[in-house]
Amino acid sequence: MTRKYGLKDGLSRFFINNAVPIIFIIFIAFAIPISGFSGPYLIQELFIRVGRDSFLVLSLLLPIMAGMGINFGMVLGAMSGQIAIILVLNWGVPGIGGLFLAMAVATPMAVLLGWFSGVVLNKAKGREMVTSMMLGFFISGIYQLIVLYFMGKLIPIHNPVLVLSRGYGIRNALSLLTMRLSLDNLIPLKIAGISIPVATYVMIGLLCLFIWWFGKTKLGHDMRAVGQDMGVSEDSGIKVERTRILAIILSTVLACYGQIVYLQNIGTLNTYNGADQTATFAAAALLIGGASVVSASIPNVFIGVVLFHLMFLVSPMAGKNLMGSAMIGEYFRVFVSYGVIALALALYAWKRLKERERARRSLRGGKES
Amino acid sequence: MTQQQPLLKMQGITKEYFGNRVLTDVSLDLNRGEVLGLVGENGAGKSTLMNILFGMSVITQTGGYAGKVYIDGKEVNFQNPFDALKAGIGMVHQEFSLIPGFTATENILLNGEILHDNIVTKLFGPRLKTLDLPEMRAIAAKSIELLGVEISPDTLVAEMPVGHRQFTELAREIHRPEMKVLVLDEPTAVLTESEAEVLLTSLRRLAATGIAIIFITHRLQEILDICDRIVILRDGQVVKEIATHDTDIGQVAELMVGRSVDTKASTTATYDTQQETVLAVEHLWVDMPGETVRDVSFEVHKGEIFGIGGLAGQGKLGIPNGIMGLCPAGGTVILHGKPIHLDDPAAALAAGMAFVSEDRRGVGLLMEEPLDWNIAFTAMQVQNKFLRPLLGGLIKWRDDRAIRKVTREYIEALEIKCTGVEQPAQELSGGNQQKVCLAKAFAVEPNLLFVSEPTRGIDVGAKALVLKALRRYNSENGTTIVMVSSELEELRSICDRIAIVDEGRVAGILPPAATAKEFGMLMIGKLKNADDKVVSHA
Repeated sequence: MTRKYGLKDGLSRFFINNAVPIIFIIFIAFAIPISGFSGPYLIQELFIRVGRDSFLVLSLLLPIMAGMGINFGMVLGAMSGQIAIILVLNWGVPGIGGLFLAMAVATPMAVLLGWFSGVVLNKAKGREMVTSMMLGFFISGIYQLIVLYFMGKLIPIHNPVLVLSRGYGIRNALSLLTMRLSLDNLIPLKIAGISIPVATYVMIGLLCLFIWWFGKTKLGHDMRAVGQDMGVSEDSGIKVERTRILAIILSTVLACYGQIVYLQNIGTLNTYNGADQTATFAAAALLIGGASVVSASIPNVFIGVVLFHLMFLVSPMAGKNLMGSAMIGEYFRVFVSYGVIALALALYAWKRLKERERARRSLRGGKES
Repeated sequence: MTQQQPLLKMQGITKEYFGNRVLTDVSLDLNRGEVLGLVGENGAGKSTLMNILFGMSVITQTGGYAGKVYIDGKEVNFQNPFDALKAGIGMVHQEFSLIPGFTATENILLNGEILHDNIVTKLFGPRLKTLDLPEMRAIAAKSIELLGVEISPDTLVAEMPVGHRQFTELAREIHRPEMKVLVLDEPTAVLTESEAEVLLTSLRRLAATGIAIIFITHRLQEILDICDRIVILRDGQVVKEIATHDTDIGQVAELMVGRSVDTKASTTATYDTQQETVLAVEHLWVDMPGETVRDVSFEVHKGEIFGIGGLAGQGKLGIPNGIMGLCPAGGTVILHGKPIHLDDPAAALAAGMAFVSEDRRGVGLLMEEPLDWNIAFTAMQVQNKFLRPLLGGLIKWRDDRAIRKVTREYIEALEIKCTGVEQPAQELSGGNQQKVCLAKAFAVEPNLLFVSEPTRGIDVGAKALVLKALRRYNSENGTTIVMVSSELEELRSICDRIAIVDEGRVAGILPPAATAKEFGMLMIGKLKNADDKVVSHA
């Protein structure tokens, strides 16, 4: 049944399949010279940013594999990570120990929230993405209630640096000085003046290895099956709902670790809206890397994170050099993220249409066997 | 047969659905290595009986059943299909249940994968065992080989021709060593003739290994070809159990229907070549997947029933779908002297054409809506029928009373078996759904009616009723009908002229009185000129 496509058809297929990354590569190719940044500077920045963000983006892979689209509910994991960090700051555990303690404390919270999220998403099959997004807003309300009122009242907070002057509630911005770069600098390495956060990359590498291995396990295999056809999977005895819940739990827990890794790199915790756009940016990065809402791979993650951050690095300077204002940088970040998600969703629909048309054309012209 | 204990014994099975008794005291036995044909009209209770055997949730959710099922002499009562699977009962469904992005191997061993322990397994449980793909491939290949077909275990299902998918599904059932009873529900419906033959050979081979097979099909000849015994169901009861060598096709058909099958309604005098041309089609092409129309031209006269026949996949189905705007199409279509804008279903309907689609569930019916809505829907949407103007026409109000009245009339006229106008369409059997589709088209009062595969998947008795309804509608209202069907006999029994489509082109137009040989020659006409085509079919 192999059908040979002509060169022209093959090329147009390639462009259709990779439209989003190609558009961004072209954009960046123009913007880099205009921005005037040096090569070593860009590489250094990329190393930092890829290390900071990849974990979060990788956490989106499993739900896509399980056919649940982009898990915007990963912010639930991010929030549990933040709560854990606040607690660890309160207990005064510094450095890498504090970081791993935060992960340990956050895990049960993330598992619980992931389970809850999975149960809700099972009731909204086919509309997982928008449901998970709304769920993020909902849990965000509860998170703010905990941080703003319970902490200091119900949950004892001894460290006065953390608490608002009125005696309860957490301050708007917390410094993570004791934990800052504790993972990134755990194994220091400098090559040609560029410092590389080895430990972070080792962790990311292990996670990639885990995801690759996971695909070969029964559970990963079941997730792929469920992602393609829930009915058939159910009929063959796969516990569809349980599998979907597990996918979301894993995603939430990974997002939680991702947020902790992210925060140790940034060094400050924006208590009230630090997690708000985590999912949006992670989703945008993944989609820029050429993933769609039904298929995403590890290469998509890294291509996406590199392109996404290159764009943010160069576009403010390019904007300044072109229009005289660097302020468009942050504006651009939000604008592009949402725009890219919308574009990717529209392109996905368009791509499917094109594929169907191509299938039809081949029927009409060719001699069918 | 032998005196051994029957492998499967169903005794006194009785089942009610929604207050309707669908099975009454049905009993049957099945021995090792035996092929049992189960025949019956749609709604005779075949599917229900098999659902009981398979422990399907529709049964348990509607109050279970009365009677007993024994396997190897032990009473069983399956609560779900997995119990049945464990007990060695496998089923190949009418619709494929395969995962398109998985290979044949992955589908054959779906949820039965060969797994290995690893370090993590001890900690997190058996779902983290790793898959042994080479071993799985070997098992899949063995299973496929047992069927006597050649399918690479690494082919993605999405890239397989339909026939191979059917074999993949069969291979999935038989790869399990505990398989004892295999149920096949219309396995040949989607296959070409040669593929069907291979399938029948495979089944005989399977039976020889000791597997018992229950074979359900509408194609009686296949039953006669491969079954040892035939059980005939009618209205939920076993009317006859008979050894195949003691019977013939006529007897089985008669027992199944319980009335003499009379599809040979004599052709008629309503048609007159001198009548004006209603529909003129020139150089029509249609992009319909699997039914591509390349270049078709024909004319249909007023009051005529025009038949379109041909082998599956040659494009006959594409013609009505293209003219009605359901598939991308091009060329000229002129209705009553006015050209029809193709690719626009609303325009086609507004021009006075109606279409009874071959895709009943997809295009034909609103499955979850009641019958009255289904029947009135197109007429209401396209022609503003069944609407009452309120406030001087500012608001249009649905006239439910008129809708129900019309629905009752059609239920009676077409003998639709249902509990009432409120019943959702999905609860009806295939034949009755088809009648609802017809009623829906009739309600539009079209001047040209396209009917596509009106009797596909419905039983002999319902077929006769559907054809009768079409014939009557044609003669009473003078409606021109274009009927597309795979069954030549059906076309010959009702049509005034029959066009045979081959490779997307009209091979010729014949009167119904032409011999079967003449029709057959048209259907395979092209094959003679291009021998290489024949090879590619194999």
